[in-house]
Amino acid sequence: MAKWSGAQILLECLRQEGVEFIFGYPGGAVLPIYDALYDYRDIKHILVRHEQGAAHMADGYARATGKVGVCLVTSGPGATNLITGIATAQMDSIPIVTLTGQVRTTNIGKDAFQETDAIGISMPITKHNYLLKRTEDIPRVIAEAFYIARTGRPGPVLVDIPLDVSLGKIEWDPSQYPKDPDIPSYRPTYKGHEMQIRKAAQAIKEAKRPVLYVGGGAVQSGAQAEVTELSERTNILVTTTLMGKGAIDENHPNSLGMLGMHGTAYANHAVHNCDLLIAVGARFDDRVTGKLDQFAKYAKVIHIDIDPAEIGKVVHCDIPIVGDVKTVLQELLKYVEPRPATEWNRQIMEWKRLFPLVYPKDGQMHAEYVIDEIWRVTEGNAIVTTGVGQHQMWAAQYYKVKRPRQFITSGGLGTMGFGMPAAIGVQLAFPNETVVCIDGDGSFQMTVQELMTAVVYELPIIVAIINNRSLGMVRQWQELFWSERYSEVDLQASPDFVKLAESYGAIGMRVTRAEDVEPALREAMSQRKKPVIIDFVVPTEENVYPMIPSGQSIEQMMLRKDLEQLRASVDTDGEQWSFAEQEEILKQFVEQPARQ
Amino acid sequence: MAGITENGREHQHTITALVQNHPGVLARVAGLFARRGFNIESLAVSVTENPEISRMTIVARGDDRVLEQITKQLNKLIEVIRVVDYVEHTAVERELALIKVNAEPKDRSEILQLAEVFRGRVIDVGEKTFLIELTGGPDKIDAFARLMAPYGIREMARTGVIAMARGTKTA
Repeated sequence: MAKWSGAQILLECLRQEGVEFIFGYPGGAVLPIYDALYDYRDIKHILVRHEQGAAHMADGYARATGKVGVCLVTSGPGATNLITGIATAQMDSIPIVTLTGQVRTTNIGKDAFQETDAIGISMPITKHNYLLKRTEDIPRVIAEAFYIARTGRPGPVLVDIPLDVSLGKIEWDPSQYPKDPDIPSYRPTYKGHEMQIRKAAQAIKEAKRPVLYVGGGAVQSGAQAEVTELSERTNILVTTTLMGKGAIDENHPNSLGMLGMHGTAYANHAVHNCDLLIAVGARFDDRVTGKLDQFAKYAKVIHIDIDPAEIGKVVHCDIPIVGDVKTVLQELLKYVEPRPATEWNRQIMEWKRLFPLVYPKDGQMHAEYVIDEIWRVTEGNAIVTTGVGQHQMWAAQYYKVKRPRQFITSGGLGTMGFGMPAAIGVQLAFPNETVVCIDGDGSFQMTVQELMTAVVYELPIIVAIINNRSLGMVRQWQELFWSERYSEVDLQASPDFVKLAESYGAIGMRVTRAEDVEPALREAMSQRKKPVIIDFVVPTEENVYPMIPSGQSIEQMMLRKDLEQLRASVDTDGEQWSFAEQEEILKQFVEQPARQ
Repeated sequence: MAGITENGREHQHTITALVQNHPGVLARVAGLFARRGFNIESLAVSVTENPEISRMTIVARGDDRVLEQITKQLNKLIEVIRVVDYVEHTAVERELALIKVNAEPKDRSEILQLAEVFRGRVIDVGEKTFLIELTGGPDKIDAFARLMAPYGIREMARTGVIAMARGTKTA
């Protein structure tokens, strides 16, 4: 058997895991790994500008591909700079493996140069973590790390690798790499309990006012076909969470868009009034539920989730089903009988007509208009990433995605600065797709340095900055709930984003008039080698509506003051259906029993 | 009906968790409790007959929902092999206490008698103190400590409860 260094073993293990990209930043404690990487040309290393960027890129890559994203950083500040990125992945259940360097084992605990307790720090924000103590343990630990990250409820796993462990040399046979290891204390449940599934089918049969509430778990398990089939067969309308976007084509007549704080009024009305809530891979986040004792208060709850700890964590559940969403839905579909559209469907359609998602089509360049245009010009095909703030909610409302893994956003943690590095990870995975990062002027500046990474690797990501020269979401809260005391939300002082783009070697554009939005987007999409930053200068004062104030119930939902006039002007092509059209849609469903 | 259910009555539960005997497991378990706002009344850990596996006995208080979450969150930890929640009388619970009590000559025979009633053992005799070792359920130790209080307890150390199912059942 040949002698291998720990660093070589590590890279060989990554190769066997099918790792295409490592997002990383070198430093003293990982020098042996970077030295070994020099000879491992089939794994492409992406040199970032800040470790947080590496974590978000690995995360974006994982969200878009469904594979495990990998990042590699040094000890101390390298590891601590990852924390926001790891926490982001943890909150949204994203499989990444983060490799951190560590000081020599003999120096651990002595406050050595660039030493931090990466295990201790990352414990609350990882699915699991490891401190490697011996070179011999590398293959087992790496195999377990990947296995844990991608199976069950996915999540980030951190492996801390001391310098002497990666330097150590041992005899090793790479054919012995234990891919898909067996961990006796870790056995996720994939198949749902049959009795419970039958009960759920019965509850669906008996329900008068059912609603499907679909979350990120459906995206993670690749259950779009099953969700759609269930909805079509039963005529149960579907609302998704922010993470669940794409679990059903949002252009499908059965889609109600997003629910919750900034969800559509009709989705929220539907959930509020339903008598059966079928929660599919969703975790009842407080941004969804608002005031708990008012949330779906007339409903029986079916909850399908792979993580048993999610069931009953926030709301009471009548029919719990632990298992993989796709697997469970396939089982459920065996028992669910076709069901006609009912008065309830008609009621929801009426709400859709009364409380549409609209903005003024007055020729002004509203933020919503920009997003609508991005949707139209990209024909709804772009992979969209976002930062966090108003632009994110507008993007969630107006970019109607067709498929899972097409809308990539930081849901649980709400990480500003997530969008651009995530877009880099996405574009590397899908070089031929149009990748648009819808960002805010505040969010963009949190990780702006990664623009250099995009330029160096010739990635044609489009960053659409919805620039309202303000920390818009905070501004909105201050306006609505803090007596318009605008404390520290003014971002008038920002760099000239066009010049900034140019100084990085990217393309910069500024758009201030509505008629220039489309040409700018078309020009940006024609670029195949360079990132494009488009500074869309939009009004400062606009708010995201609908809005349910934090911790309140749907009765406190705020709609646009001008909704009445806007409703009259709703156009019937594409985005909104007239009531007559809706009735037509309903009739179709009644007349043609859904496919078996 | 969705929404949070009414908080039920609080119970004390004894939970045992079999965990892999790895460094840091205790930190994971303790951290989990702290992060999620669960209160631990006691936590005792030691290795089992299998050196690869440790046994943690956790006494926690809460209503049924809290206890259910504790059990589920414990199970979620990768290194946790099995979690058993013992409700009253299904398990034998024992705790060991060391109690250093003031023992003036006039009180000595009385203290010795009391210790005997409780099947305690005096394991050290000082000029003015006894060190008494006592095992039993937490109630028994509480009761003994109450009896010793008038003499003046100088120091007391308790291990926390360890528990095991009655009969042939194993965790």
